Amino acid sequence: MAEVSLTGVSKSFGEDIALADVSLTIPDGSFVVLLGPTGAGKTTTLRMVSGLDTPDAGRIEIAGRDMAALTPAQRDVAMVFQQYSLYPHLSVRQNLEFPLKSPILKTPQAQIDAKVGAVAEVLQISHKLDNKATALSGGEMQRVSIGRALVRDPQVYLMDEPLSSLDAKLRADLRVELKSIQADSGATMLYVTHDQIEAMTMATHVGVLDEGRLIQFGTPREIYENPVSIYAASRLGQPRMNVLPADVFGGAPQGAASIGLRPEHIQQGEGEDSLVKRVERLGDQTRLHLVFKDHDLITVTDAHTDLKDGDTVKIRPVSPHYFDAAGARVA
Amino acid sequence: MSFSVTEPTNGTKWFAGLLVVAYAIITLVPLLWIIATGFKSPTDSIAYPPVVVFEPTLEGYVNLFTDRTRATDDMIEAAGPPETWYDEIARSRGTVITGPSRYGERFLNSVIIGFGSTFLCMVLGTAAAYAFSRFRVPLKDDLLFFILSTRMMPPIAVSIPIFLMFRNLGLNDTHLGMILLYTAVNLSLSVWLLKGFIDEIPMEYEEAALIDGYTRFQAFYKVVLPQAATGIASTAIFCLIFAWNEYAFAVLLTSGTAQTAPPFIPNIIGVNGKDWPAVAAGATIFLVPVMVFTVLLRKHLLRGITFGAVRK
Repeated sequence: MAEVSLTGVSKSFGEDIALADVSLTIPDGSFVVLLGPTGAGKTTTLRMVSGLDTPDAGRIEIAGRDMAALTPAQRDVAMVFQQYSLYPHLSVRQNLEFPLKSPILKTPQAQIDAKVGAVAEVLQISHKLDNKATALSGGEMQRVSIGRALVRDPQVYLMDEPLSSLDAKLRADLRVELKSIQADSGATMLYVTHDQIEAMTMATHVGVLDEGRLIQFGTPREIYENPVSIYAASRLGQPRMNVLPADVFGGAPQGAASIGLRPEHIQQGEGEDSLVKRVERLGDQTRLHLVFKDHDLITVTDAHTDLKDGDTVKIRPVSPHYFDAAGARVA
Repeated sequence: MSFSVTEPTNGTKWFAGLLVVAYAIITLVPLLWIIATGFKSPTDSIAYPPVVVFEPTLEGYVNLFTDRTRATDDMIEAAGPPETWYDEIARSRGTVITGPSRYGERFLNSVIIGFGSTFLCMVLGTAAAYAFSRFRVPLKDDLLFFILSTRMMPPIAVSIPIFLMFRNLGLNDTHLGMILLYTAVNLSLSVWLLKGFIDEIPMEYEEAALIDGYTRFQAFYKVVLPQAATGIASTAIFCLIFAWNEYAFAVLLTSGTAQTAPPFIPNIIGVNGKDWPAVAAGATIFLVPVMVFTVLLRKHLLRGITFGAVRK
């Protein structure tokens, strides 16, 4: 396993800027999640590291070696694509063996059998090994796809929304599985997602990307509690952070244009009146849709609250975030 | 009563079935007629009105494969009793077999030239189609149009320059010349067809293979090629059928050594002029390799085997 570093990496596709001067160090053994909406440059970053695309400018190093002149095969990375991308003309076993049989690895057959068996066990696809790759369900295909990366022992694992095509239960299972595989093996992992639960639960570090720029890089906790901008703050947290004009509660610091309130920043029962527009019971929590001085707010309350639509509840901010007009954090 | 939008009614099915059967009869009758003629006697073959029920004979096939000369009764008697069944057939017509005909060599020429050019066409066509499909080729669209434009006139329209060129290069009446010519004519079709098939194979497969430790060529060979098999097989059938049946260039450019079967078959002359049963027998046998080739590759023609492993 190895450290991966990107220095000033830029990439454009014609007029579109996919990555703009991104510098990022993925520490050895860390699980880095890249977060951002579609088009933010997450997948492009993965493809740069894998060698499938080459940067227009900047430098990529894996374990201290410049990757510029190396082909994807020579970089010793494993990648899981968003699509299943299993080789359809091969069986599940042949798919899993494929990277081990490559001219670069040339693994002895006994070792191949042992590794494929072990990975199939972990991913619960042992009974499907001799099936044709096309004869699997979507979830099974994606597990094989992940397995094809896990049979190797690469410098770094690259995963491009590997769980996005799966149903909720399988996604939750595999999330736990992947995290424990990574933690046990000490693998370096670069993982792309737009699912904040995956980011929060799996990542040791999160990189927030916006239109090709790296906005913030830190632990999930740091980004959640100490976001640099409205954009970074709204990547994490369910329900999302509420953004209101800075002066609605008064006491805004100099230069603040808006106030960001996560549910835990809103104390109920004190302060000023707000109207309960809707009560949304999710089972483990209950969300309140509030109207405060003509602004909509969403917060969380006691799961067994007695509040009903049309009730009034007092609210007051507790150490909220403040942002300037451009969205950057001021306090 | 249930009504379904997708399921045709019984009436429609019957009508469609009838149309297909009628069409099949129209296309198959000439073929059946040729096959039947191969087993007729020369008299039956030119009888008018045409004979449908006749006594089958292998005379046409004997005549196809042998050269014979007219013999007097004395000569036949001097030659002794017939040694083989085909000797017997020849003698019953007052001829003796003097040796094998040239049909065998012509047929072999057809096999060498037809399959040779098809093979070359597939190798070059797949490589070009892959490059057009996957790489940033400068002037790609213009090049593709240019390649296609070579088929916008009948190839025979350029026969005179080709004839002169072949003469100067010493390619006249050679296997190599005919293989190159048929490859050149077929290549535009095969590049276009194969590009379509390769375009449909998602790039992710090769990218996955590149990351799995394979070079570009290995990824092409191990991942793209097996999935393009369907397209390659059907394109090969088209190329083979063209090269196999080509007549005009074969007449023009071949005579002694490299002549293929199509110019040879219609000119089979028997002792009494045009030998129609032998011509029909030659045509019937000539059908067989393409039919076998098509039957062997037919499982590849069933599409759908490669689809479904990439979520679209």
